[in-house]
Amino acid sequence: MSLKDLESPPIITDRRESRPALDLAARRGGQAMAAALSPAVAALAALSLHQFLPDRQVLPMTWADSLSAWLHPYPVLLATLLATSLIAAAAQGAWPRLRPWGRHHAPLLAGAMVTLGLWDVTTVKFDWLPLPYFPGPDMVLAGMIDDRSILFDSTYRSLKLLLSGYAVGVAAGLVSGVLMGWFRRVRYWGMPVMKVVGPIPATAFVPLAMVLFADSFLAGTALIALAVWFPVTMLTTSGIANVPVAYFDVARTLGAGRVFLIFRVAVPASLPNVFIGLFMGLGASFLTLIVAETVGVKSGLGWYLKWQQGYAEYAKVYAALIIMAVFFSSLMTLLFKARDWVLVWQKGTIRW
Amino acid sequence: MVSDVATSADGEASSLLARDVGKRFLAADGAAVQALDGLSLAITAGELVSLIGPSGCGKSTLLRLIAGLDAPTSGELRIGKEPIAGPGAERGLMFQDPNLFPWLSVRRNIEASLAARGTLRARRGEVDELIKLVGLEAFAEVYPHQLSGGMAQRAALARALVNHPKVLLLDEPLGALDQFTRMRMQDEVLRLWQARGTTMVLVTHDIDEAIYMSDRIALLTARPGRVERVITVADPRPRQRNSPVFLELRAEILERLHFAGSAEAGSARAETDMSTADGSPTSHRISPDKMSHRRPRQV
Repeated sequence: MSLKDLESPPIITDRRESRPALDLAARRGGQAMAAALSPAVAALAALSLHQFLPDRQVLPMTWADSLSAWLHPYPVLLATLLATSLIAAAAQGAWPRLRPWGRHHAPLLAGAMVTLGLWDVTTVKFDWLPLPYFPGPDMVLAGMIDDRSILFDSTYRSLKLLLSGYAVGVAAGLVSGVLMGWFRRVRYWGMPVMKVVGPIPATAFVPLAMVLFADSFLAGTALIALAVWFPVTMLTTSGIANVPVAYFDVARTLGAGRVFLIFRVAVPASLPNVFIGLFMGLGASFLTLIVAETVGVKSGLGWYLKWQQGYAEYAKVYAALIIMAVFFSSLMTLLFKARDWVLVWQKGTIRW
Repeated sequence: MVSDVATSADGEASSLLARDVGKRFLAADGAAVQALDGLSLAITAGELVSLIGPSGCGKSTLLRLIAGLDAPTSGELRIGKEPIAGPGAERGLMFQDPNLFPWLSVRRNIEASLAARGTLRARRGEVDELIKLVGLEAFAEVYPHQLSGGMAQRAALARALVNHPKVLLLDEPLGALDQFTRMRMQDEVLRLWQARGTTMVLVTHDIDEAIYMSDRIALLTARPGRVERVITVADPRPRQRNSPVFLELRAEILERLHFAGSAEAGSARAETDMSTADGSPTSHRISPDKMSHRRPRQV
């Protein structure tokens, strides 16, 4: 091919390119439509599968038998989702502003409903996964409704224990972290203790905690606090110890005293690190909470889980797991929101 | 240089005296480094003096000593009649890096020293004035990472000035800025200096900047640093960067720094500004530091 050919491409190429461009726009529009309608389609499919396929799983006699046909929660949930999806799709048609939002969330919602449908099919409809370990979604939801008051109470007690343990652990961790980060001598003596005691999972102290604390709530609080204390201390210490010296130099030339240097320079400068410790501590606190509740504390979601397992009520075990997922995820979200609010001055942080 | 000490104005509270100052510190490898040795310099109240010298000659060390961030190993440092013992709000220090506290807004950064000294409530009004003075009204509530290099340096200047320091120490404050911003900032610093009568000590690598701004220029020797010569800039302000006096002085300083006669010295500076991939300005400049290998043997 000569240079001239390269310089002036034949006109026909332009025409060919213009048509795919049109097709692309049309395809984009089609994709948007498909995305907007996908939750409704998924809900409809899951609902039809549930209503029209015969049940193969043979249910033993349970509390679920007493539910009247219209009280079964799964089809009600699907119908509600179907209606919501249709309204949302219509809203997106009416207000173009909503479309990006819908485009983002609709496939996720549709995926969730497809998962529900698969769950229903593999358990209740085809009996591929056996009872009593794998009940269908209808039974799990019914279990949740059946035990709603005790589940509510368990969640409340778990929240209370978790928050008291977390608060104590964070407070202690911040104090020891600031002391160890700021004072060389405290670090000299404190670090070895941290290195030896820190890596032991807090749950290994369950026997000790049960001896030391007469009250199981106190024992649980202490265990969770211990689990939270370690990462918060470590990250706060390293955060404070690694504050750029230049900030202290600047503050000193501005006439800052020691209190200002610690609380107005070192602490805020180390906050990004501290928040990593807070996140690690929150994860550790979930683990410790559930272990503490299953072995010692006689209340809460962990206790409920163990209790229902004892009766082979797996529907209710799953119900508790779903509640835990929502519960823990909400707390994580809250901490992320707090982080975003406190660390607005930072650029480029991970979104939750 | 000894005569400079003799002419120091002792009566002025914001005059600055360094007599026979030495500073030795341990390098990372454990070797002792003599950064300054027998350095003497007297700066009268309200004067603007530049420190110029090869890289590593202890210019920044001297500023840290005056700021009180470090203590000299030998010799004496005084502000007026007071010996310097530790940092104090009457001596402001501005670094090449603005070092704004990233967790505070521009306004809160400027207020920081008032907050540290418990005088914020009484002097909040001055902060607004100062923000206006450095032209950051529109950015007062913004966080430092949203500022450009020049704006950040202006905020750092305002922060250093809010205390009304008697002495303002400037450690290559404009070194990281692009050429145009730097020239504009030079005028702004001069304007503030004239308005406030602050004594200023400016460490710079830029000979033109030193001539453009200073009353006097102190040339420092290579490590261990001491004042080799003090040059008075007799050119009245506002100065023209291409006036005969200016060019003459530049030639003299270049000669003092042993650049005269080399091919580069004729053009003095070949400077190009370019941006790195991340958009931060860099400047490539032929300056005395980068050429320390040309230095002749010590006499």
